[in-house]
Amino acid sequence: MDWFSRNLPYFLAGISVGGQYALIAIGYTMVYGILRLINFAHGDIFMVAGLLMVYLSASLPVFLAIPLVIILTVLIGFTVERVAYKPLRQAPRMSVMISAIGVSYLLQNLALYITGGLAQQYPAIPWVSDQITVFGASTKRVTVITPFLTIILVILLVILIKKTKIGMAMRAASKDFETSQLMGIRINSVISTTFIIGSFLAAIGSLLFFSNYTGVTPTIGTMPGLKAFVAAVFGGIGSIPGAVIGAFIIGICENMIMMLNQYVRFDISNFKDAFAFLLLIIILLFKPTGLFGEKQTDKV
Amino acid sequence: MSNILEVKDLNVAYGGIKAVKGISFEVAEGEIVTLIGANGAGKSSTLRSIVGLVKPASGSVVLKGEEIAKLPPEQIVNRGITLVPEGRRVFADLTVLENLKIGAYLRKDSLEEDLNWCYDLFPRLKERSWQLAGTLSGGEQQMLAIARALMSRPDIIMMDEPSLGLAPIIVQGVFDIIREINRQGKTILLVEQNANMALHAAHHAYVMETGRITMTGTGMELAENEEVKAAYLGKARE
Repeated sequence: MDWFSRNLPYFLAGISVGGQYALIAIGYTMVYGILRLINFAHGDIFMVAGLLMVYLSASLPVFLAIPLVIILTVLIGFTVERVAYKPLRQAPRMSVMISAIGVSYLLQNLALYITGGLAQQYPAIPWVSDQITVFGASTKRVTVITPFLTIILVILLVILIKKTKIGMAMRAASKDFETSQLMGIRINSVISTTFIIGSFLAAIGSLLFFSNYTGVTPTIGTMPGLKAFVAAVFGGIGSIPGAVIGAFIIGICENMIMMLNQYVRFDISNFKDAFAFLLLIIILLFKPTGLFGEKQTDKV
Repeated sequence: MSNILEVKDLNVAYGGIKAVKGISFEVAEGEIVTLIGANGAGKSSTLRSIVGLVKPASGSVVLKGEEIAKLPPEQIVNRGITLVPEGRRVFADLTVLENLKIGAYLRKDSLEEDLNWCYDLFPRLKERSWQLAGTLSGGEQQMLAIARALMSRPDIIMMDEPSLGLAPIIVQGVFDIIREINRQGKTILLVEQNANMALHAAHHAYVMETGRITMTGTGMELAENEEVKAAYLGKARE
């Protein structure tokens, strides 16, 4: 095998995983942008979307299961905000964050209870999960679809935020709740919309991510969730383009480490996960506001 | 002339601290009414509770014959009242045009006519409609904040310290605009520390001290009142 076809899969996987992280990272960054809250339950919403697909596809055809997974995930994201965050609107920010951590453990433990802790086999989605050959490298079709789908969704999201009335309300509310209320904007519906968008993208991300993965476990959301969070911080939390770029960088670099692993004498593949966190430390040390972050950051 | 706004026994408290202690006043339709007083007298709290940003502890606020004291802000502003907040509070990351559009957030009809009206009142805003609001000067931001409030087609506009932090010549411009808007039929409730300008612009005026209304009269009456002169107009008693 020549160099190109041997290394291409790593590039493809990197871009693909980056796209999946990006879809999760947008949820973190949007919620932070409006509530100044790091929604620790977001990675678990992603996991729940995975489990929903496992159980729904067992009894339903895939073309029904997929929209149902998306709808239910959005509903769960919406409900979490209404039940666990909205009552704390006037409370100190720390209380909301602790509530988010609580929701995270609640979802993980519910998943543990339901699955009995066993990894659940993720269903193969026809066409998406098929093996294909790209320039002589064999991969799943989802790997090629992901970056394009991600970019299309990000463009649609940016149009929504820049051009629509609700998008304008979101931009206004993220800067000044009180003045937004004077304009007649209902803050709670803007916040709900944010959670709906975040959960929607996490559900899509989950469909793409697990199509390339062996199984769903109750804690599987943690690692992609954390990396997406790092991507959001790296890009400047609150910034959507920042989160997307951060996610692609992390996804690609992770897979570059795997690629290098072929050429070095000792095993460095274990450092794949550590890379994101090394990046987090470096960005916090040298540019705490991230690539495109606001100049002022609030204490969490 | 009928009263467009009637406030009765309004109390506002933050935690245990009472900012407004049972004030009552009326605003007649078509007038400029001003509320003057020192820092911390409760003027801003009064405006904020009328528009629903702070829930009043007790009392009633009647707008055009309808009780609004318990309603959330978006429902209050939808009934034809609005507030130009202290410190202007334009949306710095939105363009001038977007700021104007968001002022009309609750409206579903065409904005064309009102946009043109605002641009006529404030030609500078038209020149800068694509600029981010944060790049405007203080005076321009104040004009934008007023124009943004006008975009909701209110019957009554409340303004909280519109002259704050502006150069004297700009302050004059702000008051000219206030008179002009009033002449075009809008009722105005003005809170000011610049008592001199406010009293001369106002049909009726109230003086607030530590949460209570202590004096009332026409703008000219209060401007000539010795106590007011001594306390707020910086003129010693003769």
